[in-house]
Amino acid sequence: MSAGWEVVIGLEIHNRLATNSKMFSGAPNAYGAEPNTQACLVDLGYPGVLPVLNTEAVRRACKFGLAVNGTISRRCVFARKNYFYPDLPKGYQISQYELPIVQGGELVIEDENGNDKRIGITRAHLEEDAGKSVHEGHDQSSGIDLNRAGTPLIEIVSEPDLRSAKEAVAYMRKIHSIVRYLEISDGNMQEGSFRCDANVSVRRKGQQELGTRTELKNLNSFRFVERAINFEIERQIEVLEDGGEIVQETRLYDSDRDETRPMRSKEEANDYRYFPDPDLLPVEIDDTYIEEVRKTLPELPDAKQARFVGQYALKADDASLLTISRATADYFEAAVEAFKDSPRIAANWINGDLSAALHRDDLDISESRIGPAELAGLLARIQDGTISGKIAKEVFEAMWVGEGSADAIIEAKGLRQITDSAAIEEIVDAVIAANPAQLEQYRAGKDKLLGFFVGQVMKETGGKANPGQVNEVLKSRLKKD
Amino acid sequence: MAGQQHDLHTQTLAELAKGLSDGTFSARELTEALLSRIDEHDASLNAFISVTADWALARADDSDAARSKGKVSALSGLPIIYKDIFCTSGVLTTCGSRILENFVSPYDATVVERLSAAGAVMLGKTNMDEFAMGSSNETSYFGPVKNPWNTECIPGGSSGGSAAAVAARLSPAATGTDTGGSIRQPAALTGTVGLKPTYGRVSRYGMVAFASSLDQAGVITRTAEDAAMLLSVMAGFDERDSTSVDHPVPDYVGGLGASPKGLKIGIVRQHFDAGLDAQCGARVKEALSALEQQGAKLIEVDLPNLDLSVPTYYVVAPAECSSNLSRFDGVRFGHRAEGAKDLLDLYCRSRGEGFGAEVKRRIMTGTYVLSAGYYDAYYLKAQKVRQLISQDFKNAFASVDVIAGPTAPTPAFKLGDKTDDPITMYLNDIYTIGANLAGLPGISVPCGFVDELPVGLQLVGPHFAEGAILACAHQYQQLTDWHQRVPEAYQ
Repeated sequence: MSAGWEVVIGLEIHNRLATNSKMFSGAPNAYGAEPNTQACLVDLGYPGVLPVLNTEAVRRACKFGLAVNGTISRRCVFARKNYFYPDLPKGYQISQYELPIVQGGELVIEDENGNDKRIGITRAHLEEDAGKSVHEGHDQSSGIDLNRAGTPLIEIVSEPDLRSAKEAVAYMRKIHSIVRYLEISDGNMQEGSFRCDANVSVRRKGQQELGTRTELKNLNSFRFVERAINFEIERQIEVLEDGGEIVQETRLYDSDRDETRPMRSKEEANDYRYFPDPDLLPVEIDDTYIEEVRKTLPELPDAKQARFVGQYALKADDASLLTISRATADYFEAAVEAFKDSPRIAANWINGDLSAALHRDDLDISESRIGPAELAGLLARIQDGTISGKIAKEVFEAMWVGEGSADAIIEAKGLRQITDSAAIEEIVDAVIAANPAQLEQYRAGKDKLLGFFVGQVMKETGGKANPGQVNEVLKSRLKKD
Repeated sequence: MAGQQHDLHTQTLAELAKGLSDGTFSARELTEALLSRIDEHDASLNAFISVTADWALARADDSDAARSKGKVSALSGLPIIYKDIFCTSGVLTTCGSRILENFVSPYDATVVERLSAAGAVMLGKTNMDEFAMGSSNETSYFGPVKNPWNTECIPGGSSGGSAAAVAARLSPAATGTDTGGSIRQPAALTGTVGLKPTYGRVSRYGMVAFASSLDQAGVITRTAEDAAMLLSVMAGFDERDSTSVDHPVPDYVGGLGASPKGLKIGIVRQHFDAGLDAQCGARVKEALSALEQQGAKLIEVDLPNLDLSVPTYYVVAPAECSSNLSRFDGVRFGHRAEGAKDLLDLYCRSRGEGFGAEVKRRIMTGTYVLSAGYYDAYYLKAQKVRQLISQDFKNAFASVDVIAGPTAPTPAFKLGDKTDDPITMYLNDIYTIGANLAGLPGISVPCGFVDELPVGLQLVGPHFAEGAILACAHQYQQLTDWHQRVPEAYQ
C-alpha cells in the first residue's frame, strides 16, 4: 500500500509515575478508588491552596533520563499550561515547557529487517495529569472524577525517527520495558498508566520536507498503536493520491470500528499561554544528586540481554524474551543458579511451558505457581535422565496445580524413566511380535515405521522408557534376520 | 471596676496585652467593647464584610478560661480582623467578589492558623477591592469603604477595610495583603502603620491568589510595635508554600530599641519629582529631618528605573492573575450561572456575572500579554525590567540601610474621582510597587496631615530587614503622635 511513500512517526508517551502521593499534593496516587475520594483541596483547585513538588517524581524522571542517556537539566522550571476544561480544576495544568527535566536521549530498537536502529528522544518532562469527565450514567450532565487530577506523569517525546507502525510499537515496548525495569512506573496500560499520542505524516520517497501531520490521541495498547497508525497511514496516502491535502488536526482512534476520525474542535487554535509557575521554585539539580541517582540504576534490558547471550550462551531471541521484564530475567537467573547444567534448557522451559501456563491463567511471573528453585528441581530430573522431556511436561502440570515438588510427583506417580536395557528389550520384542505386518513392511524398506514401533513401546511403558535406548534397541532388533 | 473601661478601643495591642495580663479587663470585655464599636460605626464605613461576633465571644471566653489556668500565649485574647482574602474555616471568604459571595472555606490560611494558635480572637473579615485589584476599595462587590478621616474620601486599597477599621478604632490590628502597595498605601491614607514583609517571609497558603510572585501578607496596626508583635507570630517557613523562605525569625519586638543614630537612610531623587503632591512631600521631608536629628544620615540614592515599575507591574500582575483566576469557573465552588445551555455558556456567564469590571480588565490584559506572539514583547520584557528594578535596589542598598520616601503621591482622594481613569488610579502605587517587584519589605508610618488627611512615610529595607524598618518606624513614632490622632467621628 505504501509503495513510493515514506512514513514519519513521532510518539509522545505519557507515563504515570508510581509515587505514593501526587505530583503537587499529599493525596494518594492510586488507581480505582470511588470517584473524588482521592482528591484533596490542592487537587480540587480550591482558592488559596498552593502546589508543593513531590521530589520523588523528580528522582524518577532523572532515573529515566539517565537510563536513555539523556541530559538531566541542572535547572528545570514548571510552567502553567492554561486552558479551560471541567476536569482541569485550576484552569491550568502544571507542566514543563522551556526547561524540561530531561533533554535529549536515545534508545535502540530492532527495525523491520532485524537491524538495530537508533531512535532519538527529544525530551522528557514532568507534568500533572488532569481528572476525568464521566459521561456514562448522567442524563443531562457530565460527572467529574478528580482522583486522577494531579497524578505525576513524565511525557516522553521522541524524534520523528520512526518509519512504520511496527517500529513505533517496538519503540513503545522498549520504553515500557525501561520504565518497568527502573520501577518508576507500573506501566499498567488498562489503567492508563502508559499511553501515547502518535504524530503521523507521510511523504513521497525522496522528498525532503515533512508532510502535514495528524496527531492520534490517547492510544492505550500496543495493538491499538499499530492499528491506528496503519489506518492513518493508509488514509493519508489515499487522500494524497486522490489529490487531496492532509489537514493538521487531532484525531481519535475508535478501536471498535478500527478507524481514526477528527476530534471535536476543542483543541483547534488553542493558545496555552505557557508561563513559569510563580508558585513553584525552579528545580536545581547538581552533579552529586545525579550521580546518586545513577547508582540506583539497575541493569537495563539491552545490557542484560547481551550479558545473557554471553554468560549463558543463549540465542539472542531467547535472551530477548527473558529480558522483557526484570521479573522474568530475575526468575531465569534464580532458576539457573539452582540448575547450572544447562541455561538453555532453563530458557526454553521459561519461554515455553512456563510462559504458556502463566498466559493461560493470566498471571504475572511474580505470581507464578512454580518458583524458580522448583522449576530447577524439575530440570535436574530431565538432565539426569530420571524422566524424559515428555514426562517432564506431565510433571510440570502436576506441579502447576500444586501436587508437590518434581521429585515427589515422579515418585508418587511412578514416572521414573525405564533405563534397564533388559526390560526395554523385553518390551521391544513383545511389540515386534505383536505387529508382524508392520515388521514386514519395515524390512521391505518402509523406514518411517520406526516411529510406529517407538510409539507402541512408549504406549506399553506409559512413556517412561528412555527414548534413546528404545530407538537403539528397536533399530537393532528390527534389522535382525 | 473591670468592664467599665471606655478606652479599650484606643489602646494598642501591646497595651491591651498588658491589661489582659494584669487582669484589668477580660478578653470577653475587650471583645464585647470592640464588637459594639463595630456595631455602632461600621455602617458609616462599610469596612466589614463579615462580623463574627458569636465566634469571637466564644473564643474570648476560651481565652479567659485558659488564662485563669495559667495558659497564655503570645496573643491570648487579643483582637484581630482579617482581610477577606484569607481563608477562614467555616466563615465566608469572599475576596470582595460576587463570584465568591457564598464561598465558605473548608480550611484556615496559614496566617489565620498561626494567629489563632497564638490566641488571637477574630472579630470579622474586612472589605477589600475585588481580588485585591484596586487602590481605592471601590472595586469591591460589597460596596466601597469610606475613609474615617473624611467619609467622602476613599481609604486606599486594596486592604481598605482593614485600614479604615484600624484607623476608626474598631480593631487595633488587621491583616492585609500587599501585591503592589495594598497594605502600605491604605495605611498611609488612613494614618495607620502598614507592614509588607519580604516576599516569602509570611506564608501565602490560604490567601486567595492575585499575583503569586508579588502577593505578600502583612499587617495594619497603629504602631510599629504592634506590627512587630504580629509579624513575630505570622512569619516563618511553611512547607505548604514553596515560595516561603526558611529563614530564622528574629525577635522583632526586642529589636525595636535600635536607635536611628548612624542609620544610613537613602533618599530617592525620583521620589520627589513632579508626581508628588507638594504638601505631602513637605510632610515626608519633615519626617526625614526628624530622623536626621536623631542621628540618622540622609544619603541620596538613585533608582533609575523607578518610572518603569508601574508599567512592569501592570504586565506581570495581570498575567499571573489571568491564570490564577481561571479556577473560578462555576464548576466546583463560587457563583454559577443559572440554566447554562452548554459548557462554554456556563463558563462565560458564571465568570461574566461573577467578576467586576476591574478584574475583567486585568484578566483580559493578562491573557493578552501571555498570548502567542505577544509573550516576548510584554511578559518576557517585563520580567527583564523587573530584574533591572531589583538590581537598582540592590545597588542602592550597597550604600544605605533603608530607603525612605512618600508612600503615596497624594492624600486620600474623593470617591469616584479616579474610577473612570485606570491609569491615574494605577499611578497611585508608583512608590510602593518597586518593593513588590523586588520582593523587599516596606512599611508605611503616619507622618502628618495635609488638609486633615493623613500622609505616610514609607521605609523600604533589604530582604529580611523587617527588623530594621520596624525599629526605624518605632523610633519615629516615639518622636511623634500622628498615630495617636483619632478621626473626629470615631473618638
